[in-house]
Amino acid sequence: MRLLENALESGKFGVTVEMAPPKGYDFSEQMEAAELLKGKVHGVNVTDMQSACLKATSLGLCIKLKQAGLEPIIQMTGRDRSRMAIMGEMFSAAAFGIDTMLALTGDHPVVGDCSQSKPVYDLDSVGILNMLSTMEATGMDCGGNEIPGGAPKFYKGAVVTPVYEPQILQINKLRQKVDAGAQYIQTQGIFDLESMKRFMDAVDKANIKTHIMAGIIPLKAAGMAKYMNENVPGIAVPQDMIDKLAAAAAEGKEKGVKGLPTKLGIEMAAELIAKIKDEGICDGVHIMAIGAEKNVPAILEKAGLSI
Amino acid sequence: MIITQKKPIEELMAMLEGATKIALLGCGSCATACATGGEKELKEMTAYLESHGKKVVATAMSDYCCMNMSTKTCMKKLAAAQPDAVVCMSCGDGVQVAAKHIGVPVYPSNNTMFLGESVRLGLFEEACHLCGNCVLGTTGGICPISRCAKSLVNGPCGGQKNGKCEVNPENDCAWIMIYHKLEELGQLEKLTQTRPDKGYADVSYPRTINIRGKK
Repeated sequence: MRLLENALESGKFGVTVEMAPPKGYDFSEQMEAAELLKGKVHGVNVTDMQSACLKATSLGLCIKLKQAGLEPIIQMTGRDRSRMAIMGEMFSAAAFGIDTMLALTGDHPVVGDCSQSKPVYDLDSVGILNMLSTMEATGMDCGGNEIPGGAPKFYKGAVVTPVYEPQILQINKLRQKVDAGAQYIQTQGIFDLESMKRFMDAVDKANIKTHIMAGIIPLKAAGMAKYMNENVPGIAVPQDMIDKLAAAAAEGKEKGVKGLPTKLGIEMAAELIAKIKDEGICDGVHIMAIGAEKNVPAILEKAGLSI
Repeated sequence: MIITQKKPIEELMAMLEGATKIALLGCGSCATACATGGEKELKEMTAYLESHGKKVVATAMSDYCCMNMSTKTCMKKLAAAQPDAVVCMSCGDGVQVAAKHIGVPVYPSNNTMFLGESVRLGLFEEACHLCGNCVLGTTGGICPISRCAKSLVNGPCGGQKNGKCEVNPENDCAWIMIYHKLEELGQLEKLTQTRPDKGYADVSYPRTINIRGKK
């Protein structure tokens, strides 16, 4: 189907949403959210044990989503798999009609919930992209052996962190990812347009040609924003957003109404998306609702976005 | 050098259960520098064992426990005292060399931690992963294989905060260190060089290097 590729490569504004597989084997919550997203996004990007916390694999939920009629994007990190395991997983993905992928290095097991697990990192994000690009170009596997029936082809993506000091290191790595075959790029969550604009200027100055999708994290509470600012690398929620969320919580408490900060978070995310699209700042958005995927249709509607 | 750390003494005593006559082998190189197997530690170990029901029947110091020639002579001396067991106070390599040259068990008193440097007295940092294909010429003399928790060779991940590593905030991000060093050296263009994948076929262990031309 290659919905995301078709959208981005034809100049349309790309919209993807992130979804995490469950810890365990009950996929019902994910599948319920998926039903709400059907026809509203170009892809559902399925995480590969994000934050190094044990979940069902990306491929598992991708297959379920594909069977339910959605467009899954398989995330592939180098944390838990050697190059052989990655390539084998990609063969399996292709067999189920999964044709879009996102390559990441992966968070270290030490920061996750199974910290005794051995990190692999045979290949990093650049290495994964290089391996797949070489496979596609030559029809050979990672050992240089011919792949009977030919190599599967993927629309390949990678990630970048716009708020990063020194920025040149991110720009340099972005160039390596694009050179290695990344055709689209998702950013870490951004919250203000100015820092995103500065990043896009740096990408332009570096003459890097790719499709960039701004990462959008709908905030649910002031505490969540503060926590992310303190603990998540590359996240910088402006203070006025935090203040507004705190004010919404206070207002809700006063009036006895629940969910006002979440509602405000949805509005702020929608506003940011609409501005990004209207001002043509980048080529799309990638929404990371962190378990609240059911809110994504409301965000898209408020942003006036349809695919 | 090889950085070693003393095992908990209870662990060693459990290994020595049933053995009364003990011989000790110290190491004059890395383990001396790490204060885990020098003359001083040999004396301390002797005193400890003697006060815990063991008899230390012989001690020896090998200049380098890892060198067969040096250690073989020491082991002959220790064997002559007919010990029930030998405690080797070196790195894991020294223990293995010692064990080759005696017919009684050789037990390690240390854990072998890493290849690194003595930053100052008592402070050791890991600096080399023995990857077999050195990249230091392109990274300002700072090793990303050992200094980056993910051994990344193509630049940093997104996980640093204020220049510190997400895996251990006590550690500096290797790639930010490399960036600053290359900037200082006027070699920032080296950052943009793609490092070809080294692969792992050449580092399958155990590795052997033979520059003799014969065995």
